[in-house]
Amino acid sequence: MTVSRREFLSIGAAATAGAAIAPGISLIDLAQAKSPEEAVTAAQRWGLLIDTNKCNKGCTACVDACHTENGIDHEQLKGSEATKPHWIRKVEVKDPNTGFEHSLPVMCQHCQEPPCVDVCPTGASFKRDDGIVLVDRHICIGCRYCMMACPYKARSFEHEDITDQKEHAPRGKGTVESCTLCVHKVDRGDGTTACAEACEEEGHRAILFGDLNDPKSEIARTVRAKATRRIREDLNLDNSVRYIGI
Amino acid sequence: MLRKSQKFASVLALLAALGLATSSIASGHGDEKHNNSRVPVPKHHTAKGEKCVEPTDVMRSNHMEFILHQRDKTVHQGIRTKQHSLKNCVACHADPDTKSVLKNADGSEGFCAECHSYTAVKIDCFGCHTDKANSNKQTMRPIDDIGRKVIANTGGAK
Amino acid sequence: MKKAIHFRMIEGSSLGYGALLAVFGAMIALGLGATYYMEHNGHWVTGMTNKVIWGTPHVFAVFLIVAASGALNVASIASAFNRAAYKPMARLSALLAITLLVGGLAVLVLDLGRPDRLIVAMTYYNFKSIFAWNIYLYTGFMAIVGIYIWVMMDNSVRKYYKAAGIAAFIWRLALTTGTGSIFGFLVARQAYDAAIMAPMFIIMSFSFGLAVFLLVLMASMNWTGRPIGDRILNRLKNLQGVFVAAVLYFAVAYHLTNLYATEHHGIERFILVDGGIYTQLFWIGQVLVGGIIPLALLFSPLARSRAVIALAAILVIVGGMAQMYVIIIGGQAYPLVMFPGMEVSSAFQDGTVAEYSPSLPEVLLGLGGVGIALAATTFALKVLPFLPASLADADIDPHHKPEAAAETSAEAA
Repeated sequence: MTVSRREFLSIGAAATAGAAIAPGISLIDLAQAKSPEEAVTAAQRWGLLIDTNKCNKGCTACVDACHTENGIDHEQLKGSEATKPHWIRKVEVKDPNTGFEHSLPVMCQHCQEPPCVDVCPTGASFKRDDGIVLVDRHICIGCRYCMMACPYKARSFEHEDITDQKEHAPRGKGTVESCTLCVHKVDRGDGTTACAEACEEEGHRAILFGDLNDPKSEIARTVRAKATRRIREDLNLDNSVRYIGI
Repeated sequence: MLRKSQKFASVLALLAALGLATSSIASGHGDEKHNNSRVPVPKHHTAKGEKCVEPTDVMRSNHMEFILHQRDKTVHQGIRTKQHSLKNCVACHADPDTKSVLKNADGSEGFCAECHSYTAVKIDCFGCHTDKANSNKQTMRPIDDIGRKVIANTGGAK
Repeated sequence: MKKAIHFRMIEGSSLGYGALLAVFGAMIALGLGATYYMEHNGHWVTGMTNKVIWGTPHVFAVFLIVAASGALNVASIASAFNRAAYKPMARLSALLAITLLVGGLAVLVLDLGRPDRLIVAMTYYNFKSIFAWNIYLYTGFMAIVGIYIWVMMDNSVRKYYKAAGIAAFIWRLALTTGTGSIFGFLVARQAYDAAIMAPMFIIMSFSFGLAVFLLVLMASMNWTGRPIGDRILNRLKNLQGVFVAAVLYFAVAYHLTNLYATEHHGIERFILVDGGIYTQLFWIGQVLVGGIIPLALLFSPLARSRAVIALAAILVIVGGMAQMYVIIIGGQAYPLVMFPGMEVSSAFQDGTVAEYSPSLPEVLLGLGGVGIALAATTFALKVLPFLPASLADADIDPHHKPEAAAETSAEAA
């Protein structure tokens, strides 16, 4: 069959346009929030990739953003520093042999074999199907065993009465809490967490959020191409939070 | 030692006394103006909407069941339907001025607190959940997965 | 000829009895007050933080629970191991097992962040958690020992005595293993991730439980004018000495093993050398006061004096509390090792030894648990025949020879 030049060009243009848009369409499908009636499934596995080479020592944008997003206000608390909750913190690491220093944010690592879930007597500490480890604070009795078990000191105990909570982040005295991977934003379809967002705004772009199960997502492609490690890998907990440069 | 009949009589007297005491306390079932109880009968003003997500009598007896089941679905499965969502309840039933379901602008008890005071059932929810409607302005900032430019934010600061 | 053992309730009408109950009652009241203070204000009023998560109440609670299972030993020796000389003490032993456990559990429950959710803890279970298992182990223990006491007191079910004793013994081993595993299962912490934790707790229970039992026995018999014979006291004293030595051995095994692995040098250095209060409590409290001195006292001629035996028991308890403090609090104070070999710092106290000092509410709560245990024991002795009428040599020893008794009493005089 002969194809005229005009036909060839228009078909070609259509094909190219389709090829350009198609990945975008499928990505848009994936990035859209699941509808509110649907339960989460294991089809997705949310995770973070933190590039410590891009992380600045003095910068605490991620910490401030997380605390603002979730209504954590250290000023209104009466207890000592050690009783104040930290869902995320900046850790400075120095190698005493070489002198090399770097800085990185540490939060709940959302392990797939979480020790905190194993030890919780009531099952309040649990792992959602999409990989986010949460505390169901309705059934948390405040025994703090999960805090003993966590290798990353990710969990904090609410030592004081809290007021003016954010609607999407209920928090109260007597229960244990930790980074929720901004589950309220994830379910809403924001496609990011507060810390990742803030780091992006600061221009460092050290924190990347995404679906590790989606081979086309930036995070999945990056961890496939670059060497990444997890803190305390020897414990074999299969953390969803990976780091470059530790 | 009391004889059997004396014991029986004293137990009966005790029961009668209890009965009298209870009935005098419980006689506060008058109308709003003339009730005898010390706790004000709830007035139940609702600011928004014409009706609740469920019929009133169903809500009165079962609202705790709805909330209980919804919380498990939301927390464990991420199901965030609005009908039985606590956030939604608060959004509708909050006092228009104080925005709270625990305290009204005129100092009286808010929507939830009214009945719970009257029935002396402690509310556990608002130790953790905010009792205020719309307590945060939400920013919607979807970041494209393949790193395209951030779409401009649509809301105010947090 | 086998003599019948007589048990008799104590009279409990003296001023001394009333005063004793009043003292325990005051301890309980203070403990409840401390609980209200902590629960109402929140745990920020205590010394416990996000770093040292479990504090003084847990030291008391774990000690009481460990001693509870150990207190049952005397009864187990009588029934499961068939030593007739211990039979008269079996009821008191079982009673103490229950009351100490109740005291310890009360402290744990009252320290919860949400104690009002106890019913949640009893209805929602995650069976991978040793805590969940412990709830069954603890309540089951109270049931089994309750049945055991019934079998001991009610002659109509006497034939189940041995079976009940063996069941109680096995259950108590499971319980202490469960308690030790609370720590042994924590892979993340340098001080805890060790299989030896469970058997170490079992041995500690033997020693601490017997020490508490000895003191309660001596006090309750002496204060009600009932005799304790030298023979039985001698056996108990020797047993205590053996257990103290065993605890020392386990401590040596635990630390030597850790010292071999370079990975654990940090925690060992901390406990043994430069941990400040923890090092002091380890060497002076656990090893010296809780181990070497009682050992020396119990196996020397000094131990013919009952006062010395009682002193040794007190020292064992003091040393035991020190050991618990080092394990529970020292183990938490040492930082989590997230980046082995690196120097770490953060706003959340990473990389540093956590500061902790016991606060008054915590101590009062712990003492409240002790008060509950002792008050319950004191009260139970009056209500039911737990205490033997006499433990004199002539009355209990089936192989007793009067001439031998005269010799020992002449020596002791």
